[in-house]
Amino acid sequence: MAAIKHQFGLDRSLPVQYLLMMKRLFITRDLVSYGNQALNVVPAITQAAPVTFSLVIGAAVIWVVFSVLIGLLAVILKGTIFDPLLMILALIGISMPVFWLGEVVNLITQSPNRSVIFSWVPPLGYVPITSNPWQWFLHLIFPWLTISVLYIGFYARVLRANLLDVENEDYVRTARAKGLSERRVLIKHMLRTSMITFVSLFGLDFGVLVGGGALLTEVVFGLPGVGKLTYDSLVKLDLPVIMATVIYGAFFITIANALVDVLYARLDPRIRPA
Amino acid sequence: MAEPLLEVKNLKVSFRTEDGVVKAVDGVSFTLSPREVLGIVGESGSGKSVTMMSVLRLINDPNMQVEGEVIYKGRDVMKLDKDQMQEVRGGDIAMIFQDPMTSMNPVYRIGDQIAEAILTHQDVDKRTAHKRAVDLLKQVGIPQAETRVDDFPHQFSGGMRQRAMIAMALANNPDILIADEPTTALDVTIQAQIIELLDKLKDDFGSAIILITHDLGVVADIADRIAVMYAGRIVEFGAKRDLFYDPQHPYTWGLLGSIPRLDRPKTARLHSIEGMPPSLISPPQGCKFRPRCPHAFEKCMEEPELVSRVDKRDHLDRCWLEPATKRVARYQTIEGGQAA
Amino acid sequence: MSTNGDAPLVEVESLVKYFPIKSGLLSREVGRVHAVDDVTFSVREGETLGLVGESGCGKSTLGRTVLRLLDPTSGDVKFRGRSIAKLRRRELRPVRREMQMVFQDPYASLNPRKRVGSIIAAPLQIHGVGDKKERRKQVQDLLQTVGLSPEHYNRFPHEFSGGQRQRIGVARALALRPKLIVADEPVSALDVSIQSQMLNLLDDLQEEFNLTYIFIAHDLGVVRHVSDRIAVMYLGKLVELSPAEELYERPIMPYTEALLSAVPIPDPDLSDQRERIVLEGDVPSPINPPSGCRFHPRCRYMTDICAQVEPPLVDYGNGHLAACHHPLNVDKETLDRVKVSKLHTPAAADESAKPRDTSGESPGSGHLEV
Ligand SMILES: Nc1ncnc2c1ncn2[C@@H]1O[C@H](COP(=O)(O)OP(=O)(O)OP(=O)(O)O)[C@@H](O)[C@H]1O
Ligand SMILES: Nc1ncnc2c1ncn2[C@@H]1O[C@H](COP(=O)(O)OP(=O)(O)OP(=O)(O)O)[C@@H](O)[C@H]1O
Ligand code: SF4
Ligand SMILES: [Mg+2]
Ligand SMILES: [Mg+2]
Repeated sequence: MAAIKHQFGLDRSLPVQYLLMMKRLFITRDLVSYGNQALNVVPAITQAAPVTFSLVIGAAVIWVVFSVLIGLLAVILKGTIFDPLLMILALIGISMPVFWLGEVVNLITQSPNRSVIFSWVPPLGYVPITSNPWQWFLHLIFPWLTISVLYIGFYARVLRANLLDVENEDYVRTARAKGLSERRVLIKHMLRTSMITFVSLFGLDFGVLVGGGALLTEVVFGLPGVGKLTYDSLVKLDLPVIMATVIYGAFFITIANALVDVLYARLDPRIRPA
Repeated sequence: MAEPLLEVKNLKVSFRTEDGVVKAVDGVSFTLSPREVLGIVGESGSGKSVTMMSVLRLINDPNMQVEGEVIYKGRDVMKLDKDQMQEVRGGDIAMIFQDPMTSMNPVYRIGDQIAEAILTHQDVDKRTAHKRAVDLLKQVGIPQAETRVDDFPHQFSGGMRQRAMIAMALANNPDILIADEPTTALDVTIQAQIIELLDKLKDDFGSAIILITHDLGVVADIADRIAVMYAGRIVEFGAKRDLFYDPQHPYTWGLLGSIPRLDRPKTARLHSIEGMPPSLISPPQGCKFRPRCPHAFEKCMEEPELVSRVDKRDHLDRCWLEPATKRVARYQTIEGGQAA
Repeated sequence: MSTNGDAPLVEVESLVKYFPIKSGLLSREVGRVHAVDDVTFSVREGETLGLVGESGCGKSTLGRTVLRLLDPTSGDVKFRGRSIAKLRRRELRPVRREMQMVFQDPYASLNPRKRVGSIIAAPLQIHGVGDKKERRKQVQDLLQTVGLSPEHYNRFPHEFSGGQRQRIGVARALALRPKLIVADEPVSALDVSIQSQMLNLLDDLQEEFNLTYIFIAHDLGVVRHVSDRIAVMYLGKLVELSPAEELYERPIMPYTEALLSAVPIPDPDLSDQRERIVLEGDVPSPINPPSGCRFHPRCRYMTDICAQVEPPLVDYGNGHLAACHHPLNVDKETLDRVKVSKLHTPAAADESAKPRDTSGESPGSGHLEV
């Protein structure tokens, strides 16, 4: 026990412990997994990160595009039956648990007696984009969609609410009084200002997901990303790896926060320094 | 009389609400001649904004109902299709609003917002539109227009924003400029600047102006004719001088008497119109001003029409009193007891 | 302490209120808003002092600082001869009973979740006046005093119109039978017809309760109607203080002159006849106020000295004070008498006397060494 304590420097003062940890993580990179002594933690993460990135970026593109479309559509169709219908759909999407949805998707697309429609779906796993982009795409398409469902629902509702708020703003009335077409008013004047909230939410969610928040999806679809790594080490109580993934996660969440602030200032000139 | 530029006929606008139907505008008719300045005066809630926004069909409340005709250049604006309506808005008839702080989109540069108005209605390229925006800003008196054109709205003061709004509204040389309380949110010294600017620009651009305000002092300067609104109706309508020097409606007298005036000796007490504006959901029977009117009599239980009751054909009012009676009665109200 | 007949009720001495502007991680002070800057005046018992000026000139801040709702940066406020600028919270309590405020916005200044009765009773409760039943009676009386009906006791603010809400605000201020009421734009948000009702009410109350008002407004017509004396503020400075009628008849400070001429007159012929002075530009920032006379960048009588030396507040007799290097409507004798002639030269309104283009030998610049 004392030896292990010493190995991790846990017998030293806190700041020193911290520095030692950072040194092992980032400089000597010799922090070693418990469960598998051959596994260096840092290379393990750098290997897993591209998988997570592929997963999250792809999903983000899908959820942004679709939530904006649905949000806009709901506002355009306000007063008709389609607006509440879209919002109920969105609500269903929000309340769908990811792992359950993932399992259902797998059941439909992976089972040996699946319908012919899904015969093209490759087995679970991951193919790097560098070795075969098409296979990369095919492997990820269902994980992407699975993650997106939740976020599309959520973001579509947020955007719709924002757009309806902005609709009553004086400058939207001014834009109409200028003779702009409804489409231009909606896209240039209403959507642009609504995107301010949208983008700040997006940055935070994106950071969390890249930081390992897509854990369940990765596990369900057998994607060897950071989430899966965390999951495996949690199961094995592999402390060094857990520590490393947590720090990795914190890193991205912080970065995302900083990026959101910068982006926020780009979008809203009022908080830009003069 | 010259062919009117704009003719509003029996405009009625109502909103369905939980408490009942709000009759915000109830039978408003007026005409506007080219290059004329028409002042519309009335208290909060009297229907000034709703009237003018309906002329441009800018209210899209699903609970709204509109009746009546708005004839512009021989066409009924109410019957125009979407594209034709967009051509009218900002092209033929432009509008500026009360609060300059919130009337511009905070995320776009002032110049781009003006250029957008130009590009929507004129077939020019972006560079030309931008140059025109600079010229317009110069015309409305923005110093260093060349650099300020790239500012965002929050970098402008209230008065400058209202100038920029005016520049934007005049960008397409509209026939009519509707200004909805353009100075209410501004200080008196800035208000004076804006009124002077409008006065100058109406000659430069040859636009007719409809100036909405609740301050009779503002229209005393630049209006040619004035309409006084009360509870969704025009209660008096006439040439400026007739309205100020021979006012026919007790509400107009009340307004004139309620203003603490700098041009008169101080009075001990201000005249005040007792009570409150009526409910628009269940308005009083007969003359809408009756519950507050000190001169009401039996006949007032029937609503008076807006017609001429004096020798001037263009001076209209909605009051049953005899003109002769009025001449005696009004001085007390207006001069606060110091009968002239 | 007894009040002797002529002693002012409120004395404000060199009152200063700055708001620090903080920025950065450590909240370093990067500047100050000069909201109220070296203001001195006094208010006699039973009189109404009007306070006018453009938006942001510091009227509300001054009013709040006088009531110690804000702590002054420096200077002193005396109430009945007793300094209250440094009193501690407990010592302040009895003084607070005698000074109340009415706020501008009748929509925001009343708690929407409280019934009218408890809003008006709140000050009574805080100061432990009477028992529940007595307080109820008192509130119902107050409602009647301000022209509402006692049945309104259990209603909520949203059930009232703007004018009625403002009456509730007045009733709340009256609850403790104060001596001084600072009314911060009590009628600005109201329509003219309702505004005149309110002004008349304030007038009646003053008579009935022998109240002293500090009446803040930006409408010069309203201020003239209610005030005995008027103080004009510009960018945190008191620039002119005068008996009400005299201010309108002969403004001394050019800013006052411009302010008066900007008030729209509801009479087309008079409006056409009179000369309109349209001030150029906007009010400068109170963070970096202009040097010298703060009004000089917008003043049509400006000379070099105006930009360099701050004009002192000079008494031109008859209680008419003004701070200007080129006073208007002042004759030579008066100028000599007040003995600031070295700095002050009379201004004339016509173009030929306009010494704006100061190529070196203009009337003002000769006195720069002073
Ligand atoms: N969308 C709406 N739904 C219900 N009532 C409305 C709506 N818009 C306006 N009203 C009502 O119509 C009446 C007239 O309003 P309007 O805005 O025209 O008044 P105004 O004369 O412009 O007053 P102000 O001086 O306050 O601007 C008001 O009583 C208002 O409450
Ligand atoms: N708490 C505060 N912190 C910082 N600055 C403040 C604060 N309160 C007021 N100010 C600033 O002090 C200056 C004077 O404000 P004040 O509210 O006294 O003006 P005012 O004359 O009452 O204006 P208005 O007519 O708009 O009510 C303004 O520039 C204002 O921005
Ligand atoms: S019609 Fe009757 S109630 Fe109406 S304003 Fe005239 S006198 Fe008064
Ligand atoms: Mg309005
Ligand atoms: Mg204020």
